[in-house]
Amino acid sequence: MIRLEGLTKTYGSFTAVDGIDLDVPKGGLFGLLGPNGAGKTSSLRMIAGILRPDAGRVLVDGFDIVEDPYRAKARLGYIPDRPFVYEKLTGRELLRFCAALYGQEGEEIEERILELLQLWDLDRWGDELVETYSHGMRQKLIISSALVHRPRALVIDEPMVGLDPKAAKLLKDLLRAFADSGGTALISTHTLEFAEALCDRLAVINEGRIVAYGTMDELRASAESDDRGLEEIFLRLTGGESQAELLRVLAG
Amino acid sequence: MSVDARSFAAPDPIPAGRAILVLLRPKLLSALGRSAKGRTIGSRIPLLAGSALLAFVFLFIVGTRLLSALREVPDVGPLLASKLLGLALLLFLGILLLSNLIAALSSFFLAKDLGLVHEAPVDWLGVYGARLLETLGSSSWMVLLMLAPVVAVYQSVYGGDAFFYLIAVVTLVPYLIIPAAIGSAITLVLVRVFPARRTRDILAFVSVIAGALLVVGLRVLRPERLVNPEGFRNLVDFLALLRGPSSLWLPSEWLAQSLTGYLDGAFDPFWLWLSWSTAAALVALGAGLHRWLYEQCYTRAQEGTESGQRGDRLWRLFGAMLRPLGLARRELVLKDARIFFRDATQWSQLLVLGVLLFVYVYNIRVLPVQTSETLSRFLVAMVVFLNLALAGFILAAVAARFVFPAYSLEGRTLWLLRSSPLDPATFVWSKYWSGAVPILVLALALTVLTNWILGVAPMVMTLSVVSIIALTLALVAQALAWGVTMPRFETANAAQIPTSLGGMLFMLTSLLSLAAVIAGQFWAMRGYVYSGLPWRETRDPTGIELLSAFAITITVTAVAGFFPYRIARRRVARGAG
Repeated sequence: MIRLEGLTKTYGSFTAVDGIDLDVPKGGLFGLLGPNGAGKTSSLRMIAGILRPDAGRVLVDGFDIVEDPYRAKARLGYIPDRPFVYEKLTGRELLRFCAALYGQEGEEIEERILELLQLWDLDRWGDELVETYSHGMRQKLIISSALVHRPRALVIDEPMVGLDPKAAKLLKDLLRAFADSGGTALISTHTLEFAEALCDRLAVINEGRIVAYGTMDELRASAESDDRGLEEIFLRLTGGESQAELLRVLAG
Repeated sequence: MSVDARSFAAPDPIPAGRAILVLLRPKLLSALGRSAKGRTIGSRIPLLAGSALLAFVFLFIVGTRLLSALREVPDVGPLLASKLLGLALLLFLGILLLSNLIAALSSFFLAKDLGLVHEAPVDWLGVYGARLLETLGSSSWMVLLMLAPVVAVYQSVYGGDAFFYLIAVVTLVPYLIIPAAIGSAITLVLVRVFPARRTRDILAFVSVIAGALLVVGLRVLRPERLVNPEGFRNLVDFLALLRGPSSLWLPSEWLAQSLTGYLDGAFDPFWLWLSWSTAAALVALGAGLHRWLYEQCYTRAQEGTESGQRGDRLWRLFGAMLRPLGLARRELVLKDARIFFRDATQWSQLLVLGVLLFVYVYNIRVLPVQTSETLSRFLVAMVVFLNLALAGFILAAVAARFVFPAYSLEGRTLWLLRSSPLDPATFVWSKYWSGAVPILVLALALTVLTNWILGVAPMVMTLSVVSIIALTLALVAQALAWGVTMPRFETANAAQIPTSLGGMLFMLTSLLSLAAVIAGQFWAMRGYVYSGLPWRETRDPTGIELLSAFAITITVTAVAGFFPYRIARRRVARGAG
């Protein structure tokens, strides 16, 4: 569903994403793991069409995000890690606006908006300005904005940030149901338990390159760590020096 | 490895005096840091310093001449000079109070670093002191810049010694502290009554209204009458009327008494003592109020919400009117309109535009073009060109304020547009026309009204209207192009965005376009303009003259608008910023 070919992004002399090749198959949940600054967010922003790659290409359902952005983007829903939205719109107006960006309006969309607001317990906040929403409520609104046009694939950057346990459980169920109905989700996350429990396949990115790819069993094999949890595998693949440094700092 | 919790033993609270320094340090360092990196302030320092110096010299020369003339008026001269200082200081005091109200709201309640400050073991007095100084600094620097030439003019005209400047500094400090303490206290009480965001809107509205009334008031006084004896007498009468109720309760009067007393050789330290003791008492009272109310007000400011959006029916109606534009364009325009009219700091600028329109039309109305029967035709023709130049300049300034920041204001929400299948051309179209339509209304109002007042020939009126429409369309395209090319995503305040380098470059290119149009028109119409001179035979403009003027206008504005619009489209498509 999503295919990356030699995807590269540089900021000045720093290479954030270094020629990534990745194939996210249709249907299922795909986790993208990596330490801070590994290149996850840059990759996701290029897939969503927000950043322009310096080299390589992104194909969404066979459509190039740069060459044929309208058809590629129409199939995607993007959820960023930080919920920046128009503060002076109400929740309902924002969702209506998002649907319009995908060329959708009318009764069906109004029903869809109501359904999404009710799903996240936001229905009584629907006519309040977004500036009055808490961080978690904004995150719920952004998730709704990515779902309002019924995308075929979701690109999600840190989905659990700001969500309460009930909303986090709801999101997990929602993503599972989305995948079971044939949808595809590419999820970047730091929450290893979330990735381990939910994702069908995983890729680990470090210093802009994919260092491991596959199912949990395949990752265990590539990290040469039998029966280890994802945390151990992750640290082995990405280096545990930073953890040791953190402990030294805390110990004073 | 284990973590030793004892190494994290809680430190003692930082005493107030040190806390003030600690809390102010990051603000100073970030200002200096910006300067050192040359991103914002640093690169503009020579330009700003040069402009400030020029303004100082200009004000000093004009002020010195005006004050010297005033002092020479028999009998009432010295009184008028003293009264003028009192009035200026009273005006500045009003500005200071309003500015402190708004700055206090930001520094005490809305600043992003407040959470960090409140969770640190900092003494409450330290927080009050640091935030009061921050409020004072951000509100007073502009007034200080304006006061500097005033002080210099009085010193020069009265022949005061260098010690006068020391007296000025010592008396100015409490003059600045008093409105800061009062403004902070009023803000505290306002937030106790209203949510902080609502208070910000109310203050923005009040300050715009106050500013507008001030501008209208000053203009209607017609200070230009000072240049002729008749008008001068009227102003003397006006000032004489104000002679009676000089309030000794106002700090501006205390400062005026100190300064003029010193210059007249009758310095009374009572005024100095009164200023300082009042400032100290107000700071102490403000600190007490802060201790009593601040915690609950700060909590309330975090909770403050606005409930229930009204006017839904109006928005539906507006949406229905925009239906022919198609879904994406309609929603983009609706979105921009909603954001604009729900933000008091934005829509209140419309009042400023209204005032601008009034003052401009009033200026044209009181122009003495009809004073000489023989010269009036020539003068009217010249004023038509001058009118186009000034109206064009106003429109450029309005475009800089409203269209130039449009792309930057999308800022952190651009991800929503870029990740959607929205055509960048549609986005640019909606930004362009959202800005162009209101500015066109203003442009037409300015041109038609002023030309009607001047009584110009119908064909000249037509030329003016076509010119201003074409110019507006070109200027809006330029503002958009510069705004997309040099965006300022990190600045949330729309009013600050045009002060960037991109904003200045836009003003430069827009003035060049304006100059090209006016020069071209003048060249085409020169025969008609000179026919208004008393020794020439008067005539109407010929068809060739008018056609040439139209052709030049359309060609120049088409080039000045088409290419910037294309640049804006291309850069948005590439993901500018």
